[in-house]
Formats: sequence, structure tokens, C-alpha cells
Amino acid sequence: MAEEIRLMKGNEAIGEAAVRAGCRAYFGYPITPQNELTAYMAKHMLAKGRTFIQAESEVAAINMVYGAASTGARAMTSSSSPGVSLKQEGISYLCGADLPAVIVNVARSGPGLGGISPSQGDYFQATRGGGHGDYYTIVLAPKGVQDAADLTYEAFSISEKWRVPVLILADGLIGQMMEGVVLPEPIDPATLPRKPWAVGHAVEMGRPYNHVTSMNLVPDELEAANHARYARYERIKKDINRYEEIDVEDADVVFVAYGTSARVSHGALQMARAKGMKVGLFRPISLWPFPYARLHELAEKGKRFLCVEMSMGQMIEDVRLAVNGKAPVYFYGRCGGNIPSQEEVFAEVARLMGK
Amino acid sequence: MTEKTFIAGFGGQGVISLGQLWVYSAMKEGLKVTFFPFYGAEKRGGIARASVIVSNDEITSPLVTSADSVVVMNQDSVEIGEKVCKEGGTIFVNSSLVKKDPARPDANIVHVPCNDIALKLGDVRIANMVMMGALSKVTGAVKLDNLETVLKSFFPASKHSLIALNIAAVEEGKKAV
Amino acid sequence: MELAYGHPKSLKPIQTKYCPGCGHGVIHRLIAEVVDEMGLQTKAIITNPVGCSIWADLYFDFDSVQPAHGRTPAAATGIKRMLPDHLVICYQGDGDLAAIGTAEIIHAANRGEKFTTIFVNNAIYGMTGGQMAPTTLVGQHATTAPEGRDPGVAGMGYPIRVCELLATLEGTKYLARGSVNNMVNIRKTKNYIRKAFEAQMRGEGFTMVEILSQCPTNWQMNPVQSVEWLEKNMITYYPLGEIKNTLNATAGAPATSPAKAN
Repeated sequence: MAEEIRLMKGNEAIGEAAVRAGCRAYFGYPITPQNELTAYMAKHMLAKGRTFIQAESEVAAINMVYGAASTGARAMTSSSSPGVSLKQEGISYLCGADLPAVIVNVARSGPGLGGISPSQGDYFQATRGGGHGDYYTIVLAPKGVQDAADLTYEAFSISEKWRVPVLILADGLIGQMMEGVVLPEPIDPATLPRKPWAVGHAVEMGRPYNHVTSMNLVPDELEAANHARYARYERIKKDINRYEEIDVEDADVVFVAYGTSARVSHGALQMARAKGMKVGLFRPISLWPFPYARLHELAEKGKRFLCVEMSMGQMIEDVRLAVNGKAPVYFYGRCGGNIPSQEEVFAEVARLMGK
Repeated sequence: MTEKTFIAGFGGQGVISLGQLWVYSAMKEGLKVTFFPFYGAEKRGGIARASVIVSNDEITSPLVTSADSVVVMNQDSVEIGEKVCKEGGTIFVNSSLVKKDPARPDANIVHVPCNDIALKLGDVRIANMVMMGALSKVTGAVKLDNLETVLKSFFPASKHSLIALNIAAVEEGKKAV
Repeated sequence: MELAYGHPKSLKPIQTKYCPGCGHGVIHRLIAEVVDEMGLQTKAIITNPVGCSIWADLYFDFDSVQPAHGRTPAAATGIKRMLPDHLVICYQGDGDLAAIGTAEIIHAANRGEKFTTIFVNNAIYGMTGGQMAPTTLVGQHATTAPEGRDPGVAGMGYPIRVCELLATLEGTKYLARGSVNNMVNIRKTKNYIRKAFEAQMRGEGFTMVEILSQCPTNWQMNPVQSVEWLEKNMITYYPLGEIKNTLNATAGAPATSPAKAN
């Protein structure tokens, strides 16, 4: 029987998807615009006898995730931009210790305290590690409520498969908006296998004692560990390379946009097509790894690119890396919590195309 | 069919629940929907507003910036509402509270005395449901013809006693336009 | 013939990196002995903090997790919540617990997290080379308090009595302060550790044993002088004994009688 469609806020759908993914522990600290997610987890995790803690800070929350993840449990935290900055210490440690975890950023505008309205100003932080040291996290960017639920659900298994934290990069609009969503099948955490690398249950696992750590003071050993991790990153790049394309084949100008910006650009695309303008949309879904190869291919076909972001221009640097000088890359952005309208994005592409 | 609606009123007029119930009903009628409330730092007061879209197709931008229909529940919201309405769109005004029409001669202005009708039915808080009836009748985007079932799944059981009143308000709103 | 005294199973038979006269080695041994006596080697998990004892995973022969500086109680919270039937030992130094991790220890204690904190107080930052700790005594010299800790003109604050601070929190059930300066106090300290671990396994609430410990290297003394300095200066400021004990009185009594504060 087909699962019923439910009308849910993005924040709540992310929470329900995590519960259904078998998340055993959620740790969070209040911050707008993701508060519904923390409240949802409080209600539903506690009702299921799982762990929910309103932590004393985002720093504590991510380190509780570190502890829970070191036991092999599916663990999660969520926050919004300033809070995610605080979590960077813990994310670096998670990566250094090769622990899986899911981190949700329902992003708002910055820098500093900034505003509480939606923004995509955290792209650099999300896709370049974010904290200290050589590492990446896998970054997935949903474009709506269904996507947010699906990607969050999948994030847990991706994270476990690669022993790399997965960051869900949403924004305040996706968190606050309501859409119809069909939720994935619930997984009972008790049915998930114990992890050979985790602490606890050493005898039952028939293994020597484990030491979960990111520390190594021997330069050659630490270098070797970093090389091993980067070798894994290369395999991840082959495995995860996600994007969505709309009307790209015959397009002269291709919007490159993720998340909310991609929705807006899609609207502008429809306006352009209605006027006979050959406009397409390329939406990266995995922001790390970024789908460089496909964008490069499109550049070689002679497309021009218009990067649309809710920032001063961050993803555009990856687009330029992908295009590598083969095609012009233009930018249209709004920031400070402003969401571009499809009309203004259309006007920009019309201007570019001389219409 | 795609109907993009912008709803504005003062906090407490049920703007958010009107938008939510509109898209919930649309979803039950098999449409794709999106609802985006304006959210501020404060939880009470000020102008409440919501972007709602119902469509047969995948919905692109969730932000209503060129509305097919605009709902204005109080006088203070007229200024925002008249700006967002598309050329030749429809503006629904709660004529119980809005005494000065939007300055949009191109638009189709629909007057609905929501508060007066709601008061006659016995509860001013259902003024938003009166407006939803009018919105349904004029736009035809959401039929609201199976409202009892929809409301039963929308409201928790503790509020089921209010369903009859809500349905009456929607029906009166349909009749008023 | 019966072996009366041997090396604890839970402690690997290797030489530690600790300096001569350092208290960490003794404290490690006490923990290992209690873990063995309780038969919990396969259920023990230690979080080793940033500080000299960061190498605890080299010495303890059971599972370990190494969290960020000061976040040890947050990580231990995550571990213990996931593995409530395991013995989670949150090992912390004075910088880790009482400076950078103040928020984490207070809130873990306040929630009544059911792990045991072993708080090693040697009144100095050891690993980074003798900087002032939150527990450094007034007048005590440190590289960052070259004329001695001065709460007055230099505004360096006062040494924090952590047990007393945490005692006001409802979530704390057992807070004791021991010392490793002599055999009598070492035995008492072991008894505190045992009571705390037993309480943890009964799931009673937050338990902590603070242990005054020598750091001859950074105190710039020889080991004998450091013991004397600890006795003369630290014990007088940080009173030994059970600072708070609200453990369930009907629970199994420990092997030795509780020590009186001295």
C-alpha cells in the first residue's frame, strides 16, 4: 500500500526521517529557524525511548554526538548557521576519528549573529571541511520538504558506509515551509548491526579493545592516516556525484543553483522557456563531492552559466573550477536573508541573453 | 493549473491556519502544494503573512512574488497585498475591517465581510474560514467539497466539535461571492 | 601459594610516559584495580582528556574514546546514554574540567549523567608546560602567573573548589576528594572510586572523585618536595573526604568504611 502523503514542515520532516532512519540519539540546542526540528525530536525520540538531550550549547551537542557515534549508534544534531560554526570543533574530531554522524544546518544569514532569514552563506564552511585540519564532510542539499526527508534518511547509511559525517545543508525556507511528503520505511535501531570499530560490547564482538581517537603525535603516522582518509575521499567522489538537470540539453544559458535557489531558478527557467529562451538548470545535490565532471562536460558543449545563490557568491568558485575557463560564468545573488524572486532571476538571464 | 496565493493579516487572525488548511485540502484533492510562512524573531504581533501555492505540476519557487490571488485580512496588510498581486490578479479583502480598497485598478477586487459573517455564525475567530470559502469559490483552485473528512484529519480529536462551525463558515464564504 | 598482589589485568604492563613523582600512574592503577575487582574490564570505557593523561588509552586495557579538550563530559554523556550497562569513566584534568569544559561538567552533573568523573587536580597545566590552572593556589607560580597567582591587581581569580561547586546540584549523588600523597590517602581514594563506580552501575546519578595529585615537573620540585607541598598547601585548601554523599543508603555497602573528611 502506498504510504499516505503528509503535510509537514521541512524541519519536522527532517526529524521524522531521522527517527525512521533508526537515529538512536539526538542532541541539540535551540536556534531559529530550526527549533521545530529540536522540538520534534524531543517529542518523538523520548516517546520511543531513545535519547534526546537539549544540550547546554552546540559545542556540547556535537560532542555528545561524538560520544554516541563512538559506540556505533546512529546519532544526529541540528542547528542553524551560528550554531553550526560552534559545532566545527566537534565535526573536525568526528572526521579525525572517522566517526559517522548526521548534522543538519537549517541555514540563516550571516556573518556574526546576522539575521534569522534563509541564506546560503555557509557553502564555504560546509564544503571545505569547516573546522581545522585536512578533511571534508559529505554535504547534501535538499530543495524541498520531500527531498529533505529523503536525504536525511539516506544520510545515516551513507555516513556509516564511509565513516564520514554527512551534513544536510538546508536553509530557513526549507525548514519553515510545508509541503506534501511521503515518508520512508521506519528502521528499528535494534536491528542495526554493531560496528567493529566502535567501543562497547568488546566480548560479544570478539574483538580487541578499541580506541576511538583523532590524535596521533607521530607526523609520519598522522600523514599516513590523512592519506588513507583522502584515498577514501576519492572513492566517495566516484560513488556520490549527484545532480538534477532540467532542460539542459538545448540550453544556451544554464542556471547553476542548489536548494532554495534552484527552486527559484526553476521558476525563472519556466518564464524564460515561455518566451522561447533556451535556458536550463543544473542543480548540484551533493555539494561535496561537487559534480565537477558533468559541469565541465556542459561547459565543453558551449553552454554559459549563471550561478544563482543566496550569498555573495560561494558555490560559484566550484562552478569556475568545474568550467575551468571553458565557458563564461556569471553570478546573481541576494543575501542578508533575502530570497531572490523568480522574476528578478528571469530579468537577469534575459539581460544576459540580450532579450 | 497553478494558483499562487499571498495571504496577509494581523497576528491572531488565523492567516497561518488559513494557509495551512488551504494547502492541506488541496493536497487531499491530489494537488502539489507548498506553504511558506513569513517568520520573524517574535512569536506574537505584527503582520502575519504566508505564501501558498497549489498546482497540478511540480512547484518551482515556493515564494509567491507575483500572486494570482491575494488575501488581505486587515487594513494594515493592504499595502503589502497590493504590491504582490500580479497584473490582472484577484485581491480578496476582508471588507469588515478593510475600508479602503487596494490601489490596483487592474485587479479584480472581491469584498468578503468575513468578520460580520463569522460573528453571525457565533465566533469571530472563524473569519479566516469564511475567507477560505470565498477563495475556493472564485479561484476554483481548491474545491473544498469534502471538507468534513479533511477537517477530521487536520484537527486533533479534541477540536472535532468545532468542525461543523468551520464548515458552516466556509459555506457562507462561498455564498458571499 | 596464592598471589597476594599483582599487576591489574586492566592496566597494560608497560612503562608510562608520566614524569617521576606524577600522580597519574597511581590513579590509573587504582582505577584498574577497582575495575578488575568489580569484574568490569570488558564493560569499561574511559574517555581520556586533553592533557598529560591523553595517553590513557596506551595504559588501560579496555575501550577508550578521546574527545575534544573540555568536552569529555559531553562525550561521556553520549557514550553512557548509548551503553547504560557499561562502566563509563570520564577522566579529566583541572584545565579540561574546570576551565575549558566548565559548561560541560556542570550540565552533565546537573543532568545526573550516570558516568563517573575522575578529576585529577594537580593545580597546574602539565602537558602544555606549567600554565596557571583554575585550581592553581593563590601565590603559586606558573608560566602565566610568573609572580604567583594574584587574584587582586592581576585579576587572576581564585582557585575553584569543584566538589563544593557541584555539590549544590541536585543531579550529583556522590562527590569525594582524595589524594595520592601517601598510602592512607591512596587507600581512601580507592575506596571513593569503588563507591562511585558501584553507584554508577546501580544507575544512581552523577558521581565524581576529585584526586589531588603531584606535578613535580611543573611545580619545579623533586617528588618528595612535591608530596610535602601538596600536603602543606593543597590539602589545606581542598579538604579531603566525601564532600557529598546522597547515595541510596540501602544499596550494598562497600568493603571499607567511608573516610571522614580530614
